Amino acid sequence: MATPVAPAGGARNGAGPEWGGFEENIQGGGSAVIDMENMDDTSGSSFEDMGELHQRLREEEVDADAAAAEEEDGEFLGMKGFKGQLSRQVADQMWQAGKRQASRAFSLYANIDILRPYFDVEPAQVRSRLLESMIPIKMVNFPQKIAGELYGPLMLVFTLVAILLHGMKTSDTIIREGTLMGTAIGTCFGYWLGVSSFIYFLAYLCNAQITMLQMLALLGYGLFGHCIVLFITYNIHLHALFYLFWLLVGGLSTLRMVAVLVSRTVGPTQRLLLCGTLATLHMLFLLYLHFAYHKVVEGILDTLEGPNIPPIQRVPRDIPAALPAARLPTTVLNATARAVAVTLQSH
Amino acid sequence: MAEAVESPGDPETTTSRPLMRDLKAVGKKFMHVLYPRKSNTLLRDWDLWGPLILCVTLALMLQRGSVDSEKDGGPQFAEVFVIVWFGAVTITLNSKLLGGNISFFQSLCVLGYCILPLTMAMLVCRLVLLAEPGPINFMVRLFVVIIMFAWSIVASTAFLADSQPPNRKALAVYPVFLFYFVISWMILTFTPQ
Repeated sequence: MATPVAPAGGARNGAGPEWGGFEENIQGGGSAVIDMENMDDTSGSSFEDMGELHQRLREEEVDADAAAAEEEDGEFLGMKGFKGQLSRQVADQMWQAGKRQASRAFSLYANIDILRPYFDVEPAQVRSRLLESMIPIKMVNFPQKIAGELYGPLMLVFTLVAILLHGMKTSDTIIREGTLMGTAIGTCFGYWLGVSSFIYFLAYLCNAQITMLQMLALLGYGLFGHCIVLFITYNIHLHALFYLFWLLVGGLSTLRMVAVLVSRTVGPTQRLLLCGTLATLHMLFLLYLHFAYHKVVEGILDTLEGPNIPPIQRVPRDIPAALPAARLPTTVLNATARAVAVTLQSH
Repeated sequence: MAEAVESPGDPETTTSRPLMRDLKAVGKKFMHVLYPRKSNTLLRDWDLWGPLILCVTLALMLQRGSVDSEKDGGPQFAEVFVIVWFGAVTITLNSKLLGGNISFFQSLCVLGYCILPLTMAMLVCRLVLLAEPGPINFMVRLFVVIIMFAWSIVASTAFLADSQPPNRKALAVYPVFLFYFVISWMILTFTPQ
């Protein structure tokens, strides 16, 4: 990034130091041309070059004084001063725009570096944090440590998106793909960012000692339980199994998050509010993910149980109209979906 | 007069020679992806023509005819594009943040070129789907897609792994795994109407 060059002719009275720098650049360009011509004439004699240099500096001083005088005249006169001011303003704006663009590009690059310390992890650390996210710790007397990293949570959110896609695809191959990807990404990222922000806000109200980064990391690692439960139950379609996993695995990861928050909050009412909200949201999210995307598979499997497989209308369940992901077209299943369901049934 | 005769249909004009050169470079990189060895070709002279060709081919093949409404063709093309390019950008940012010394476009180039096995799987799936549907049909497609998915991951790991610090290779490879998994799943569950 170029900084404004100080004028060689000393202090100028006028519009500001940037003007001196701007015009100085033009004069510097001009003098380079003169320099080349002179070198040809004087055949490289340095003494004469120095003399030329001094003369050029004196000329610039004279020019600077003349310009300053002209500028003063311009401020005094009406019309002539206005035109000069306009051209100067345009040049000023171009300079500012260029400077702004350069600094914006620089800050964009610097933003990536801001995130760099949050990705400074080793695979062993990620593995141990994943396992620890399922183990609630009992000591709540002093604040438990939360690792402030973003790699693990981000990868878990993407894994959840992939698992949801897997689940949605096995349930219905006719739902338009445009809604599948958008719904999955929107749901998972929306939950992670939205609920983190909400709980952080509540933590602020309840005077809990937790930062936004730590909340993001905590909730992100809490999604590990969700990933496990959904991965298993999208492949083995048993309701009882799902409820068991919901309570066990979902409960364990919720308890872990709750224990961490309790250790960082003072006062029974605050603890209850914060932890109750988090536990409710976390468990309900798992329930929502399973049932919103899973209902349709059940419908298919229930109607496919007979030996003669008639052309099928999907069985609509009472899903509230508010859930956008559970739109059920009532079109006829094609043979491939039947094949998929048959393959799943034969497991 | 001589220049007027030479210009339009002459094979030696300034458009066809660079075109052949670029096509040859793209073809050479395709060969490198199909037979992955630890080499620097993809990284040194990166270009985005190959990924663009592959992405457009894949997106065109993943379109189905209008089933429910005319809007079915549209979102799928755009969706594949968005998934491929934003997925690649995300993986590149992730590998840079983990401390990798690969440039942005080099990484995009490698990830794009390594979609080639999956594009071939898509071709095979479309051919297989012309036969009668059934569980065997599905198993064949599943097998082909799994093989090509593994091939893509091996190819991209061969090129990308060297740019990461040695103890963090797994952290950089995992999102690549997720990326190709999503694409493979789209290919596997494609049903033409």
